[in-house]
Amino acid sequence: MIIGLDVGGTHTDVVLLGPEGVLARTKEVTDQENLVDTVLRGVDGVLGDIDPGKVSRVVLSTTLTTNSVIRNTLTPVGMVVAAGPGMDPKLHTIGPSFHVVKGALDHRGAEIAALDKEAVKKAFALIREKGIRAVGLVTKFSVRNPSHEEAMEKAARGLFDSVFCGHRLSGVLNFPRRVASCWLNAGVHDAFSSFSQAVKEAFQARGIIAPVHILKADGGTFSLDAALECPGETVLSGPSASVMGAIPHAPSAKDVLVLDIGGTTTDMAVLIDKVPVLEPLGAEVGGVKTLFRALKSVSIGLGGDSVLHVAGKELHIGPDRKGPALCLGGPLPTPTDAMAVLGLFEGGDRAAALKGMEVLGRDLGMEAEAASCFVLKSLCEKIRDAAFAMVAGINGRPVYTLHEMLEGYVVKPEALLVMGGPAAVLAPGLGEVCGLESRAVPDWGVANAIGAALARTTCAVTVLADTQRGFVRAPEEAYSAEAPVAFNMADAIALAEKLVREKALRLGADAKGLEVEVLESQEFSMMRGYRRAGRNIRVRAQVKPGLIRNGGIA
Amino acid sequence: MMLKAKSKTGLVFFPAFDWAIDPSHPEREERLLYTQDQIFEEGLMDIEGIQEFKPDLVTDQDIQRVHFCVPDEPTVTTSSHYVSAGGAKTMARELMEGRIEKGFALVRPPGHHAMRVVHGGRGFCNINIEAIMVEYLRTHWGVKRIAIVDTDCHHGDGTQDIYWHDPDVLFISLHQDGRTLYPGSGFMEELGGPNAAGYTVNIPLPPHTSEEGYLYTVENAVLPILDDFKPDLIINSAGQDNHYTDPITNMNFTAQGYARLTELLNPHIAVLEGGYSIEAALPYVNAGIILAMAGLDYSHVLEPDYNPAVLKESKDTLQYIHKVCDRVMDQWNRRGPELSQKVFGKKEFHERSRSIMYDTDGIYEGQKEILRSCTDCAGSFRIESKSDRGWRIIGVHIPVNACPACKAQGEDWYEKASGADKAYLQDRSRDLYLKKS
Ligand SMILES: [Zn+2]
Ligand SMILES: [Zn+2]
Ligand SMILES: [Zn+2]
Repeated sequence: MIIGLDVGGTHTDVVLLGPEGVLARTKEVTDQENLVDTVLRGVDGVLGDIDPGKVSRVVLSTTLTTNSVIRNTLTPVGMVVAAGPGMDPKLHTIGPSFHVVKGALDHRGAEIAALDKEAVKKAFALIREKGIRAVGLVTKFSVRNPSHEEAMEKAARGLFDSVFCGHRLSGVLNFPRRVASCWLNAGVHDAFSSFSQAVKEAFQARGIIAPVHILKADGGTFSLDAALECPGETVLSGPSASVMGAIPHAPSAKDVLVLDIGGTTTDMAVLIDKVPVLEPLGAEVGGVKTLFRALKSVSIGLGGDSVLHVAGKELHIGPDRKGPALCLGGPLPTPTDAMAVLGLFEGGDRAAALKGMEVLGRDLGMEAEAASCFVLKSLCEKIRDAAFAMVAGINGRPVYTLHEMLEGYVVKPEALLVMGGPAAVLAPGLGEVCGLESRAVPDWGVANAIGAALARTTCAVTVLADTQRGFVRAPEEAYSAEAPVAFNMADAIALAEKLVREKALRLGADAKGLEVEVLESQEFSMMRGYRRAGRNIRVRAQVKPGLIRNGGIA
Repeated sequence: MMLKAKSKTGLVFFPAFDWAIDPSHPEREERLLYTQDQIFEEGLMDIEGIQEFKPDLVTDQDIQRVHFCVPDEPTVTTSSHYVSAGGAKTMARELMEGRIEKGFALVRPPGHHAMRVVHGGRGFCNINIEAIMVEYLRTHWGVKRIAIVDTDCHHGDGTQDIYWHDPDVLFISLHQDGRTLYPGSGFMEELGGPNAAGYTVNIPLPPHTSEEGYLYTVENAVLPILDDFKPDLIINSAGQDNHYTDPITNMNFTAQGYARLTELLNPHIAVLEGGYSIEAALPYVNAGIILAMAGLDYSHVLEPDYNPAVLKESKDTLQYIHKVCDRVMDQWNRRGPELSQKVFGKKEFHERSRSIMYDTDGIYEGQKEILRSCTDCAGSFRIESKSDRGWRIIGVHIPVNACPACKAQGEDWYEKASGADKAYLQDRSRDLYLKKS
C-alpha cells in the first residue's frame, strides 16, 4: 500500500492506494505553522485501523520550500562567488552577505585566474561575524570544472552548519540561476532538515517503516535523505502533484492539455504520451529563477471565483477574487453564480445568483440565463486562448540544430483533461471551444494525492568530455576521470546512463523497471588549424517523470 | 536584484550545430559552441527585456527579391542558409511589430560576400542575409531609407554589389585594407554606381587597428555620415573578425571595442557575419554586443588575456587612420550627381564588365552590366552572366521606386532577352520575379 499526500496551501489531500485503487482518502486543513502535524493527521485519516507496517511507500508534496521563498523566511545564507569575464557578478547579489572573490574558469573549464584563497577566508570570517551559519559557494563554469568550488568547500568545512556548492545541483549552464539555486538550497536546508527529522520520527512512532519520498518540481520524487542534499528541488511540488494526477487518465500517444481550474487561477500543463513537458532551465518561484528541474506550467488568473464585471458592454472575468460567489454569500457575481443560474452548481443560494446575473445581463443586453451561458463560454474561450498561447510558446522554443529546426517535435493538443472544482461543468464547453476531445478527471479531488503517490523517482546527469584537455566530468555526481584520446560518444552515453542509474537508485528509485533515456547528445570535432585537436562531447541523460504504475486508477 | 534591459532586445541564436561547409572549414559546427556556452552561462536570456526568438525560414520569394540564383534558389543553398537569413528576417519582423527595440541575429552561415548574381558560395557566403532582410523590410513594411554598416574585417563586397546602384540604401564598410586581405576590394574609389555615387562608403583600415583607431573612425566618419543620411533604420553587419585573436585577419580589435562600437552605432538590428576566433574572441565579443544592445553594463566583459597597452596602435597607424577618415568625409560631402559625372561621365547608359571569383566553390563568373542612367530612381539594369560551369543567364532588375521610363526599359530588356539558358526579371516595383528558359 502507498500513501500519497498533497500538502496544499489551504488543505491537504491524502489517499491510501492498494493494488486495485483508492482504499481510503481524506482532506485535512493545512496548518502552515505545523506541517508535520498536518501530514500526521492525513496519514492517520487514511490508515484508520490498517496495519502501518503494510505501507510500502509514502510520498508527500510540500509547500515548505515555496512558502519559505515567497514569505522570505529562509535562513540567512552567506554567498561566496567567483566569476571572471562576463557580467558583473555583483548584479547577482542575493542574501545578506554576498562576496565576490578573484578566480575564474573558462567555458572549457580551464583556469583563467587562480582562486584567491585568502579572500575566501576573509569572506568566511565576515559571514561568520554576522552570525550566519549557512553558506553557498558558486563559481562561473563550475559545471565544467568544479575545482574552485571544491577548494572553497574544503575551506568552509567546520566553519558552517550547512555548505552548498553550485556544481552539485545541476549540470546546466546558467551562473545567475546557479547562484540563486545554491542560495535557496542553503537557505531552506535548516527548515527542511527539521521537517524531515520530525516526519521520520513521527512515522517511526506510528510504526510506518516504509521509505518516505518527497515530490519535486519536475513531478518526480526523491527520498527524504536525498532531499537534504538538494532541498530546493521540492519547490513547486504542489502544482506538480496535480499534473502527475492527470497522467493515469491521459490517453497514450497523444498530446494532452491539462487544465486545473481552481477558485482564482487555472494551472495549465502539457503531456506528450503521458510524459509532462518540462521547463527548459528550471523552476521560477517568487521571482527567483532556479536550475531545479520543473514541469512546464502556466498559471492564469481565471477561476470559479473570479469576479465578473462589464465595462463598455464588454465582459471582464478576473483576475481578482473578491470573495466567494453571490450564491455562497459573496459580494459580487462569479462564474460559479453563472453555473448556479443554469442549474450546474447545487448547494448555493440560486436566487442570489440569479439576481446578480440579471444585473450583469442588463449591462450585456441579455437575460440572466443567456448572460450565464455567455459568461461560461467566455471563460472557456479565455482559458483556451491562454492554453494555446502556452503551446505556441513551447513550439516556439529556440532550437540550435537544423535537424530540430526542420524535424523537431511540434506539440498539437489532441485532448483536454480538466481538473478542479468546476471541471465537470466546464469540460464539455472547453472541449467545444477548443475543438478537442475533453473530459474531467474522475475523482479530481484526490487525483493530486494519487499523482504524488505514484510518481517515480527522477533525476538527470550531464556528462562532458573534452579529449583535448583529456577529461570526462559529471560535476553533479562528483565524477571526474581522464578521457583517453579515443573516448567517444558511445563511451559518453554509457557513462551518462550508468551515472544517472546510480543517481536514481541513490535518490530512492526502484531498480526494477528503471528506465534511463538520453535527452541530448552532441559531439564536436575541435579543430585547431586544420588538425583535429580533440572531441568535445556533451550528453545529458535522465529518468523522465512518470508513474510507477497506473495501478487500478484508470 | 532585478536586472532590466534599457532597450527591449531580441535575439535569434542559431548556431547550426549540425552544419559545416566542410569538417575543417572555419565555417563549421563548432564555430558558435563556446559562444553558446558563454551566453547561456551568463544567463543573458533570463534578463528582463532580453528575449530569444526561434528563427523563421525565409522563402524562395524572400531570396528572389535580392538575388538571381543560378539556376534556382535550392541549387545554390542549403537549408542552413534559409534559417540564417530567416533569423535576420525574424528580428526585422519583431522590430517592426514593436515587440523589440533592438535585434541581434546571432546566426550562421554568414552572407555579406554574396552578390546579386549567385552561382555558388564565395567567402563562406551563398545568399546575402542582410540584403534579404532589407528587401523584406522595404516590401512588407515600406521602410524607405536604410543604412547598412558592415563592421566585418573583410570588405562586404556582396552587400556593396547589391546596393551599388541604390541611393536609398547607404552601404558603409569598415574593413582591413583590401591590399592585405580577402576579397581584395573595398577601396575608397569604390563609391557606388552612376545613379548612387557616394552612397557606397568604403573605409579601409590598416592592419593592427585597435580600439582607439576603430572607434575614432566610427565617431569621425561613420556617425557623421549617418547623421547626414538620416536613415529610418540602421543595420549592422556585425562580423567579429577584427578581433586580435582572429586566425584569418590582422587587426587588434577587442570585446570592449565591439561593445562600445555597438553602443555608438546603436543599430536597430545587428546580424552576425564572420569571426573565426571561436574560443578566444566570440564568447566575449557576443556577450559584449548583447549587453551593449540591451543598454547594460559590459565593462567586465574582458578576454582572459586582454591587454590594451599591448594592442594599442602605433602613432603612425593612428595618423594614417585620421587621414583615411578625412578623405572619406571629403568624398561623402561630394556625393550625388556631380561626383557621378566626374567619375562616370554623362551617358544615357553605363556599361561595365567584370569577373567574379567564387573562392568557396571554385567558380569563375564573367559579367556584363548595363544600367539606365536616371535621376528619378535607382535605375533599371541588365546583367549578362556566364560561369565556367557553363551557365549563361540574363538578369534584369527594376528598382523598388522605379520611374516609368526605367520600368519600361527593364520590361523591354526582359522581353528581348535571348540567347541565354535562363532569363530572370526581378521587378522590385511590383515585388515580382519572373523567369524564362
Ligand atoms: Zn485539493
Ligand atoms: Zn569576415
Ligand atoms: Zn528611373
